[in-house]
Amino acid sequence: MTDKTRKIVIEPVTRVEGHGKVTIQLDEQGEVSQARLHIVEFRGFERFIQGRPFWEVPVLVQRLCGICPVSHHLAAAKAMDGIVGVDQLTPTAEKMRRLMHYGQMFQSHSLHFFHLVSPDLLFGFDADPAIRNIIGVAQKFPELAVQGVMMRKFGQDVILATAGKKIHGTGAVPGGVNKNLSIEERDALLKEMDQMLTWSLGALKIAKDYTVEHLAELADFGSFPSSHLSLIREDGAMDLYHGQLRAIDSEGETLFDQVDYQNYVDYIAEEVKPWTYMKFPFIKQIGPEDGWYRVGPLSRMNTCDFIDTPLAETARQEFMALTKGKPNNITMAYHWARIIELLHSAEKIQELLNDPDLQGTDLMVKGDRRGESVGLIEAPRGTLFHHYKVDENDQVTMANLIVSTTNNNTPMNRAVTSVAKKYLSGTEITEGLLNRVEVAIRAYDPCLSCATHALGQMPLIVELNDAEGQQISRRTTG
Amino acid sequence: MTGEGPRRLLVLGYGNPGRLDDGLGPAFAARIEALQIPGVSTDANYQLNVEDAAALATYDVVLLADASVDAPPPFTLQELKPVSSGLGFSSHSLSAPALLGMVEELFNAHPKTYLLGIRGVDFNEFGERLSPSAKTNLDAAVASIEPLLRQPDRWAQLQDSLPHFPVGRMDRL
Repeated sequence: MTDKTRKIVIEPVTRVEGHGKVTIQLDEQGEVSQARLHIVEFRGFERFIQGRPFWEVPVLVQRLCGICPVSHHLAAAKAMDGIVGVDQLTPTAEKMRRLMHYGQMFQSHSLHFFHLVSPDLLFGFDADPAIRNIIGVAQKFPELAVQGVMMRKFGQDVILATAGKKIHGTGAVPGGVNKNLSIEERDALLKEMDQMLTWSLGALKIAKDYTVEHLAELADFGSFPSSHLSLIREDGAMDLYHGQLRAIDSEGETLFDQVDYQNYVDYIAEEVKPWTYMKFPFIKQIGPEDGWYRVGPLSRMNTCDFIDTPLAETARQEFMALTKGKPNNITMAYHWARIIELLHSAEKIQELLNDPDLQGTDLMVKGDRRGESVGLIEAPRGTLFHHYKVDENDQVTMANLIVSTTNNNTPMNRAVTSVAKKYLSGTEITEGLLNRVEVAIRAYDPCLSCATHALGQMPLIVELNDAEGQQISRRTTG
Repeated sequence: MTGEGPRRLLVLGYGNPGRLDDGLGPAFAARIEALQIPGVSTDANYQLNVEDAAALATYDVVLLADASVDAPPPFTLQELKPVSSGLGFSSHSLSAPALLGMVEELFNAHPKTYLLGIRGVDFNEFGERLSPSAKTNLDAAVASIEPLLRQPDRWAQLQDSLPHFPVGRMDRL
């Protein structure tokens, strides 16, 4: 950007004006110099938690997001386990939480794939928007559209059975859980299990076939080499609920491994930039300029050594074969990776439902109070950090949250810049460019200041600014 | 969805109770639930979700209750028409008309559906309380809607029953 560029003011998102905004900046030669995705993160939540009793936090944090409240619930509960001095839950408690989490992954990935992404994959980026939507899918592929709804519902049913209720679920509490799974709840879920596995395999075929068939186009679409970060199990297996931190570079070289996430601040820092409220996390040993990394399904495929369920592991091997075992840096491969995780979650749910530990009655563990703790979880969109300090009066004195979308902040901006550079022609924002910017963002499924729901459709606004910072084109979806 | 058997009505309130007046929808659902009106089911959630399409499809009449930032106080009530939703860029948003479109297209069901928009004023802070204005508007909504919910033969004509209530603008839905 030149010094002449006008300062961009980000307005606080309000309930009604919820939208995403992309600004594309041209240089003096009229070429794209940079594109930025403005996603407003509501920062007040960390202050809101301060002063509250620590045991309320796993319930309170669910208000951060109406789509993935379970991820916040579990990350906070894990942190509060540490506050009450518990490092190891009872088998029943850990398995109940895991079941809740796999239910969350299953419903979230189903929603994303069927509701948001399948129209792009089934109709193509340039299809008429009147057709390229879930209703279009329902008309042309009616069984698939219903599958999406029923899979999402199944995931929600798993959550209801483990968290107790849809709003303000209370299943996970500091040191354990407050319920087990009844035989009736188990059997009701098991009845649908085979169908869910079959449908997951069907979704996997769509995602895989699409990626392989369009590889030449996708490999260059919003893609770039990057580092990747995730939790990993001690033996190198993918573990969405618990593990240690592993980071690799774009070639697969280890940056750090088996890091206890209680010490994450020694490895990860957050940079503030003047044009957005969102922070930019980076790996300290590399520095703020190049230390950014990706999280989420693509990164989890790249960081893990294997998946411990047979169908998903077979799928992972096919996925990694595409890049000959090296990290896959294709942004659009997020979708394929996401569906491998969908399948893995279904396999894990089945495994857990058949485990008699879920009917156990030993639900809680006690320990010696501590003043500070960190809880991490692999949420559907990526690694989620919850960090708290609690005083001797049991009140929270500090909270720091790094949500998945914040971890993917720089990558999303890179993806949008890459698409803008490739597809912007002249000084008009065309329908084709707008489509492709949306497609690139959809790969990450950003979480949008979702402490409130938005009325109506949430449009994407793309603005084109000249080197002087003057707006020369603007286009809005919908 | 015919006259066979008892008619069923769902009150679904949505919004985030942790964001002040955004919780008006769930608060309305809770108030109606407490009344235990025969034939009336209630539910609440942070926001509308695709799986709600499967639930809505099983009812004759649906009353969605939401907070509104610009409805004339105390509330608006209007009949909803389904629309085919365009693709968004995040899975974090689903409009009521788009949800109704899914009910019709995916489940071939046509529940008569209304949207109750209760006027709120405070949204942009965290906190689990309704503003005094929102409480007043909620009371008015409950007082007006409750008698109608107790008359199943009038459910399908809810809007006709409320000629004095202003109708919100569809473009804000």
